[in-house]
Amino acid sequence: MPEWQAGSQVRVKTLMPPGHVRTPHYLRGKTGIVERILGPFPNPEGLAYNLKSPSLALLRVTFTMAEVWGAEAEHPNDTIEAEIYAHWLEKMET
Amino acid sequence: MPHDHHDHDHDYGLSPSGHPYRADDDVPLTYWQTMEIAVRELLVEKGITTAAEIANQIDDMDARSPAAGASVVARAWTDPAFRDRLLSDGSQASREMGFEVGPMKLIAVENTAQIHNVVVCTLCSCYPRNLLGLPPDWYKSRAYRSRTVKEPRKVLAEFGVTIPTTTEVRVHDSTADMRCIVIPARPAGTEGLSLDELSRCVTRDSMIGTGVATAPT
Repeated sequence: MPEWQAGSQVRVKTLMPPGHVRTPHYLRGKTGIVERILGPFPNPEGLAYNLKSPSLALLRVTFTMAEVWGAEAEHPNDTIEAEIYAHWLEKMET
Repeated sequence: MPHDHHDHDHDYGLSPSGHPYRADDDVPLTYWQTMEIAVRELLVEKGITTAAEIANQIDDMDARSPAAGASVVARAWTDPAFRDRLLSDGSQASREMGFEVGPMKLIAVENTAQIHNVVVCTLCSCYPRNLLGLPPDWYKSRAYRSRTVKEPRKVLAEFGVTIPTTTEVRVHDSTADMRCIVIPARPAGTEGLSLDELSRCVTRDSMIGTGVATAPT
């Protein structure tokens, strides 16, 4: 488990699991910057089915519109911030 | 005709005031509605809860309104130390004012000349209900949820809010355990106002980010 830090560059994994998932499709595979670290919170993917769920770090990640929408971005420097659970993120080598 | 009504398929005639009669809601319950009634009745029958407790809970939910959020914003405008606490730990700061945010945590974000924040929940309809009450219907609509992350400036313009290109628009997608409230910019010309008067400048939409706070005219 990597040590998460504000300012780290992270990528959202391109997983496609079934069930209750709180990682929006439009952010999968996208790279952003950790804004702050929250939690730990129990993993909602298990909680939704009343399963014992380990607590995870929850990270607020900032993405640019250019990263998320590419050439179609309305205004490339605008940003989206979303909360992504740690197991959905991989740290980028910098 | 005094009003335009386009959303009815059948003609039930008009009331004396010119409104079309609405069809009776004579449709069968859905599977989940039946399930909710069955579970509720069982819980009451087995003495786990009571009908009065359920009714009270509904009253509590209905009693919450944007006035709570507006009083938090007015305090943040006038008390810099409170503003700092609100930005660093929204849950604790709102608890300090008597607003318990429950198991969900609160993040407050501040609009400035550099950044305009707007809140959406693309996955469902997460909303800071303890401070703003029930979300408006449009907040739950597929159009608002899908467009706000893709073309926020167009969406904001439809709400009458035009953001200069030199200001960053930051969209907050409430995907998980946190709830988000926007602290709108304090309007000019409100220096002498009391906390009560200030909180009346703060609209529900200004705390979602689809509006701005305005000075009384």
